[in-house]
Amino acid sequence: MNSNQSQCCCDGSVNQFDKLDEVLKKYQGVKGALIPVLQEAQHAYGYLSKEVLQNISKKMDIPISQIYGVVTFYSQFHLTPRGKSIIRVCQGTACHVRGAKTILNEIENQLNIKSGATTPDLKFTLETVACIGACGLAPVMMIDDDTHGRLTPEIIPKILAK
Amino acid sequence: MEMVSITIDGQKMQVDKTSTVLEAAKSVGIKIPTLCYHPELRPEGACRVCMVEVEGARSLVASCVYPVNEGMVVHTTTAAIREARKTVVELLLANHPQDCLSCQRNLNCELQTMASDLGIRDIRFEGERKNYLMDTGNSSLVRDQNKCILCGRCIRACSERQGVHVYSFANRGFNTKVVPAFNQGLHEVACTFCGQCAAVCPTAAIVVKDDTARVWQALNSGKHVVVQTAPAVRVALGEALGLPTGTIVTGKMVAALRRLGFDRVFDTNFSADVTIMEEGSELLDRLQNGGKLPMITSCSPGWVNFAELMYPELLDHLSTAKSPQQMFGALVKTYYAEKVGIDAKDIVSVSIMPCTAKKSEAVREEMKSSGYQDVDYVLTTGELAAMIREAGIDFKGLAEEEYDAPLGIGSGAGVIFAATGGVTEAALRTVYEIVTGKELEDIEFKNVRGLQGVKEAEVQIGDLKVKVAIAHTLSNVRILMDKVKKGEAGGCIGGGGQPISAVEGFRQTRADSIYECDTCSKLRKSHHNPAVKELYNTWLVKPLGEKSHHLLHTHYHKQERC
Repeated sequence: MNSNQSQCCCDGSVNQFDKLDEVLKKYQGVKGALIPVLQEAQHAYGYLSKEVLQNISKKMDIPISQIYGVVTFYSQFHLTPRGKSIIRVCQGTACHVRGAKTILNEIENQLNIKSGATTPDLKFTLETVACIGACGLAPVMMIDDDTHGRLTPEIIPKILAK
Repeated sequence: MEMVSITIDGQKMQVDKTSTVLEAAKSVGIKIPTLCYHPELRPEGACRVCMVEVEGARSLVASCVYPVNEGMVVHTTTAAIREARKTVVELLLANHPQDCLSCQRNLNCELQTMASDLGIRDIRFEGERKNYLMDTGNSSLVRDQNKCILCGRCIRACSERQGVHVYSFANRGFNTKVVPAFNQGLHEVACTFCGQCAAVCPTAAIVVKDDTARVWQALNSGKHVVVQTAPAVRVALGEALGLPTGTIVTGKMVAALRRLGFDRVFDTNFSADVTIMEEGSELLDRLQNGGKLPMITSCSPGWVNFAELMYPELLDHLSTAKSPQQMFGALVKTYYAEKVGIDAKDIVSVSIMPCTAKKSEAVREEMKSSGYQDVDYVLTTGELAAMIREAGIDFKGLAEEEYDAPLGIGSGAGVIFAATGGVTEAALRTVYEIVTGKELEDIEFKNVRGLQGVKEAEVQIGDLKVKVAIAHTLSNVRILMDKVKKGEAGGCIGGGGQPISAVEGFRQTRADSIYECDTCSKLRKSHHNPAVKELYNTWLVKPLGEKSHHLLHTHYHKQERC
């Protein structure tokens, strides 16, 4: 477990990459394994840090620039830490005509972050989505797996307080 | 070779089954416009400018990636095709900064030429503009993503040719851009500053850092300004000023530099000869005293960066001899300053180089052995051409002039440094005579010449059998280095600071001219150079001596950038 010693630009503690090494071992010699490795690494660490990606680059012998390209292409991968709860506010057509923008603005004001960001206390990450398939409930948002429909700016604080 | 019959624009022809429609058209002189295609790189089919109509195909196809088929009928210039191409280019221009008049690539831009060739007079689409920060954090290259058309040539040049993998496409859709990992600047990632990305960029998204203003300022400062010109510049400068590829313009270049106001015009060949004396002696020393072998030359700063970044464990193999540019710089502000009685602080040392990495080499901390920055400013061949144009000099009409003595005297061995394998050949000429004490009759070591990937040869020198290996392009260096463990783009002549050429075979043409310069030289061996002899007799004393050690040798350090 000497993965840190020759690692450049990183000063992580020893055994920081235990979980990653397990993932890499599982996919050793498998062709086209980059995406599943990234998925499992993100699952293990919550997000894909520079150090984790550099380690993957080194162990899988894939240039870091290419890995960065893959990670930034897919919206499922995250380069920054994520909040404990993920808020997805729908901005699809049905929600849009029923005031989705005011809902988003209210959440942004309440949490004091912009869409795409995470609160400093790592409680919430705020995202927008194009449709979650619940147009009948518009305007709608999801907090983790719970759907909240027929929203008004007034009830946002109550929902967030939970 | 299996052939197929196809018809392009009514011309029937037989072509190799493995060729693309674009290659087939080219072979009979039909020109299809291209942007993302580059003859030296794998085709990508990204820009769609090369679209043609293939009878029976569902839609227009990209000819650069479309393979030929038996009986295929192709049209390259119907009304529909012209309209489609025009639209593609208009869409590229819709979010392109239209500052052509003040752009560094003005009149030398493939996108501009394309817009002109396709007769675009009106851009129908007003697209959202991009607003990315410029990358100006290094001494060699400047990147402006706002001018990028996402052709991917730089990505391919860096990965396929150089094996360095700095760039990749990141994000997607309108937000797609070409960036180093984590959107960092080139100085923060494992970039060698070789400039091959700038050499293939069709627009001004990646350009050579322009230092001409600083040199103009130095020329007006009243200080003593000396200039050295690298061997590869003399066979490429003419191209940038309207002469045919490979024209040798040594004398005109010297004359032009005097017109620009340089006080002394010297030749890097002089210090290339000194490099051979030092590096040749070092090789002998290593052979005789059990030093680290194989010894690898270190004249190319792109290569030195590559080794420091990727192969830090093999740095012991690198010759400690500095590159000719840096030896020259160190000697100008010591030996030359003493000789002419000018204080080193009043000397400005400029070099004209084929390579962008030379700019970064000059500002390295180790390169201050004269007590000052040894080389103050580095201009590329392209920048010198720009200064000559700015000064209104009629380059073609200039009478040829000679270099100044003594640092303007160089041998043919010094000239061939510019070609792949040249340093090795130059060193062999000198090492042979030192070891055997006999005159070398057949001085051309042709088995180390040429643009093949990796060349290996054995040379008998007296009792010694010396094995040499030469790599062309950095990805071949990687192959060679991996061999050591268990070059460059045709050498300097194809450097990132050279005029951008779309002429096929331009590397070979320039290399041929370099060897012609050598053949025509009276002096062909470094140790016969009288100015070099004088330098050693009156000042340096001997190769690998104390002064040499201090001024002409250096050490390498692992670079940690990711």
